[in-house]
Amino acid sequence: MNDLLEVQGVSKKFADFQALSSVTINVPKHSIFGLLGPNGAGKTTLIRIINQITMPDSGKVILDGEPLQPHHVQYIGYLPEERGLYKSMKVGEQALYLAQLKGLSYKEAKKRLVYWFEKLGISHWWDKKIQELSKGMAQKIQFVVTVLHQPKLLIFDEPFSGFDPINANIIKDEILQLRAEGATVIFSTHRMESVEELCDHIALIHESKKILDGKLEDIKRQYKTNTFEVGLSTKHKTALKQTIAERFEIATADFKSLEDDLKLNIKLTPNDSSDDLLAFLSQNASVNHYKELIPNASEIFIQTVKNNGL
Amino acid sequence: MNHLPLIIKREYLAKVKNKTFLLMTFLSPLIMVGFISLVTYLTTLNNEIIRTISVLDESEFFKETLISTEYTKYHYLDGVDLQSAKSLSNQASSYGLLYIPNLPIDSVSEEIKFLSEDAPSLTFITNLESKIENRIKELKLEKSGVDLAKIKAANTNVNLGQESYEGVKTSKAGSFMKLAFGGFAGYLLFMFIIIYGNLIMRSVIEEKTSRIIEVIISSVKPIQLMLGKIFGTSLAGITQFAIWIVMIGVLMLSSSLIFGVDLSATPQQEIMTEAMNNPAVNSELQGYINDFRALPLWNLIIAFVLFFTGGYLLYSSLYAAIGAAVDNETDTQQFMIPIIMPLIFSFYIGFFTVLEDPHGSISTIFSHVPFTSPVVMLMRIPFGVPLWEQLLSLFILVVTFVFTVWIAAKIYRVGILMYGKKPSYKELIKWLKY
Repeated sequence: MNDLLEVQGVSKKFADFQALSSVTINVPKHSIFGLLGPNGAGKTTLIRIINQITMPDSGKVILDGEPLQPHHVQYIGYLPEERGLYKSMKVGEQALYLAQLKGLSYKEAKKRLVYWFEKLGISHWWDKKIQELSKGMAQKIQFVVTVLHQPKLLIFDEPFSGFDPINANIIKDEILQLRAEGATVIFSTHRMESVEELCDHIALIHESKKILDGKLEDIKRQYKTNTFEVGLSTKHKTALKQTIAERFEIATADFKSLEDDLKLNIKLTPNDSSDDLLAFLSQNASVNHYKELIPNASEIFIQTVKNNGL
Repeated sequence: MNHLPLIIKREYLAKVKNKTFLLMTFLSPLIMVGFISLVTYLTTLNNEIIRTISVLDESEFFKETLISTEYTKYHYLDGVDLQSAKSLSNQASSYGLLYIPNLPIDSVSEEIKFLSEDAPSLTFITNLESKIENRIKELKLEKSGVDLAKIKAANTNVNLGQESYEGVKTSKAGSFMKLAFGGFAGYLLFMFIIIYGNLIMRSVIEEKTSRIIEVIISSVKPIQLMLGKIFGTSLAGITQFAIWIVMIGVLMLSSSLIFGVDLSATPQQEIMTEAMNNPAVNSELQGYINDFRALPLWNLIIAFVLFFTGGYLLYSSLYAAIGAAVDNETDTQQFMIPIIMPLIFSFYIGFFTVLEDPHGSISTIFSHVPFTSPVVMLMRIPFGVPLWEQLLSLFILVVTFVFTVWIAAKIYRVGILMYGKKPSYKELIKWLKY
């Protein structure tokens, strides 16, 4: 049993709109799982099915070895995309209430809240009303409420929208910390690049279907094209370009740098290794910039969509 | 997990701690008592003036009829003509001048006039008219040689003693009183629903406007949330209502003590008391008291509590369902009339059919239909309704309430997921199964 969550062939239709068609994903324990896809792909519907807010037309969901049951809500912490808090309620009371709804006792909830509020340096907000706080401040409280009952599974839908970079980093660190303590995390977002560095597994959802999933490293390895981005200093730009083109497939690269006269994307031939390329370039010019091009999630997404003719 | 007590507590506190709610709770009785005291005070100012009525009785028929009382003084003018009587009466700033010309008894009635600067009070005029009428009648009878003493002795007041075969006494006056009980209960229900139904509706919309809905719904079942909101808000309503009643009572008492506003000492009251002393009215009053004693009081009190609660919960669940179906408060206006209609309808049924035939088919049917039963049944009970019928009606009421809350919960959950799309029936059934 290495998977905390198994979604097996889940389909969902709203009137004549197919939101999910036979989606199967496995979320390994202690992983950070990225559920990626453009707006309207069906990510939120899938998350709502996992949270038992909506019911699948067919297929089933298994959490920690058991088919989903009402009491499972206390094992899940969910931060929805559409999120808010009771406006006229005080921060502390509200957090206590929501924590108790998730099954914590009053005493335990209070203890943990005090801990979290101190940790995030927001203890002085306790008696403020939500309407007195900024959006970012409210999001911090929502985050605390989401993780307070120490759920096995944390689900964040578009987690970083509304956070400034500093707070986004604080939250990121907290999430990594929670994972280290044993939680499994699902991120859902259409801004694929924003979570990619955090994820170790991803699933790509496109128009209600899962088109790709697996370990992020494996996928990247599979999709990389052995192309290197290089920046060279030379006095004979045209001649050098000519020389390289004779041996490798090249394209003009576009990145920011200070000294480079020639910026190229160079694709290795099957016979060459990275060392061969670097040696070849060093003979002809001074190499300032040398980097393997690894496709990011959105590039992989576009590539997959194109390949599958979708 | 049962979160109901937790939700009820939150909803209750959220309502009770709300500043507007607090303000209304303590300000409304002040405003109300303030108005009542002001109106009563002004009326008393108006009434405390002793009415002096100048009388120019040229016919001399009415010397003994118009007797001065504490607040109404009759001042007889003698040996003056109408013109000077007018100016005399005006100078003395009398309430008015009663003029009876010197005419034979058969034609005098058409020429009697009451002259005054301002239009006189209606009750006063009616009272005066009846006094004059009685006197003329007596004089006419005397003139035709009838012995007045015999007539008075022959006057009989009949009030049929109605009794059922089982020996339960009733009367026509009692019927009205029985209806009045149901009517009062219905009115109270009506007020309660109008004031607090909206509060429940807004409370259901709250989760949507604050966008907390998804967090909540991923923790609790919507039916728990709905029930919690209905009970929590109702408890807040009861609290407010109780405070109002206590505050109004205390304020009324203290205001009447402080300002000495006393309704019993006005000329109007005097006229009323006079009417009470009339033997016919008196026996009717006695009838009321007897009827009141004959009412099945315990049954009424228990039925009132149960049907009031049931009716209120049913209507508030309708408000909750509306709140669940819409996204914001402005969309709710159109739903108000269909909710209030059955309630108004039940009043009509009560007053038109229950009075006519308390156990007829229409009365019986509508005292079981859940939306009208709280009012109609309460109107029927004083006429005697078998216990099993009351229980059946109550059972239907409660089942309908639970069903409506359940539907509201479904609508609520489906509502957030539909993105403005209309759900198909097939889907609705699927939802209802969940």
